[in-house]
Amino acid sequence: MIGIAAVTSPEGMGLVRCGRRVQDNNSTVQSWTGNIVASGVSTADEPDLDTHLLRVTIDEDQISFAILYARMAPRIKGLMMRLGTDAATAEELAQETMLRVWRKSALFNPKKASAATWIFAIARNLRIDRIRHEVRPELDPNDPALIPAPQLSAEDFVDARKRQERVRACLNDLPEYQRQVVGMSFVEGLSHQEIADRLDIPLGTVKSRLRLSFEKLRNMLRKF
Amino acid sequence: MAIYHPKLDLLMSYAAGSSGESWGLAIATHMALCPDCRSIVSLAEEMGGSLLEDVAPEPMNSSSWEQLASQLGSPEAVQIASPETATPSAQPTFPEPLRRYVGNDAKDIPWKRLSGVGYQHLIPTRDLGQARLLKILAGRTIPQHGHRGRELTLVLSGFFSDHLGEFTRGDLEDTDEDLIHQPATSAHADCICLAVTDSPLRFTSLIPRLVQPFFRI
Repeated sequence: MIGIAAVTSPEGMGLVRCGRRVQDNNSTVQSWTGNIVASGVSTADEPDLDTHLLRVTIDEDQISFAILYARMAPRIKGLMMRLGTDAATAEELAQETMLRVWRKSALFNPKKASAATWIFAIARNLRIDRIRHEVRPELDPNDPALIPAPQLSAEDFVDARKRQERVRACLNDLPEYQRQVVGMSFVEGLSHQEIADRLDIPLGTVKSRLRLSFEKLRNMLRKF
Repeated sequence: MAIYHPKLDLLMSYAAGSSGESWGLAIATHMALCPDCRSIVSLAEEMGGSLLEDVAPEPMNSSSWEQLASQLGSPEAVQIASPETATPSAQPTFPEPLRRYVGNDAKDIPWKRLSGVGYQHLIPTRDLGQARLLKILAGRTIPQHGHRGRELTLVLSGFFSDHLGEFTRGDLEDTDEDLIHQPATSAHADCICLAVTDSPLRFTSLIPRLVQPFFRI
């Protein structure tokens, strides 16, 4: 774990990308990253995903990227398989998601989204593109037509990672029948009608369960 | 600032990635004009991110990391978003993502005549919904009609009103089959809106049914 210790120092965590990166041809680093990936990394005394992603964003840090890969690639593969993709395709999509995470890392803004959410969005869009053969229309944050938020809301003062911890806690607290529809929607990518059909309940019930889960989340975040 | 918004179920399915392209087009274009809906969608996306961390992992092949590592290269340099610096004077009528579909300028759109009330332009998408731009001329009333399914109407310029309210730029009317309405534009300005339907409109009287073929689906 000596490699991990080396990257946990705060050195290099500047505000601008300073171009410092682990050398590709450094065989020691290659074996560290290989070991990280092979062993999986214990998360107890580890910096969180967000810190690692920020190190990729700021420093093009390949060790942090290897840690992100070890933690997230198998989950993305699992996600793709939950959607009915075969293992080989799921593997490719997980690899491609991680490649996009690396290439687009400059777009990650820890104030706006947690690392897991940002990675989820990349995987979701890839799935829409490759499995549904559609595109997901998205706004352009640089668009001159975009109307900026007039003032920060209470939710904006909570940093995205803390916000996500609360979201997780809140999701775990949901009654099973609500959590189930949230999972079917976000993990299995089913439409609300498909969820209704699968659970044999009215469409309105699916929508009200989702709405209740969301309201609970929003109220919980307001309390802090 | 927008007063009328899409219902929560649609914002959540957009966040989850399960809304079709035409619906997503209306939602995302509304979001460009509505910071409140942007924050709702980003919170809903946090649900997805939280759940991703709980998905049971499937082990990657042992060669997968090396394959990926060999492709890394340098991350792309990306201009960081700064919408706060945007000048309001430069506001195009069509925000992104709609602009990608229809271009910059309402004058350049190949409008097709729509009975006596105005013009429409169908927007091709790869899902089952039908997105279209409507330009309803000033001082017109669309014949009273109901809907066989859901309909979204996002105002981009001018305004229209019905018994539910007055809709101006950024407002999105989210209606279902229960609504029968008779929208009217102002006397002074054409109203351009983005409309998404999942089935043909249903007119309640005989003569307006003649208009129906023009709402071709």
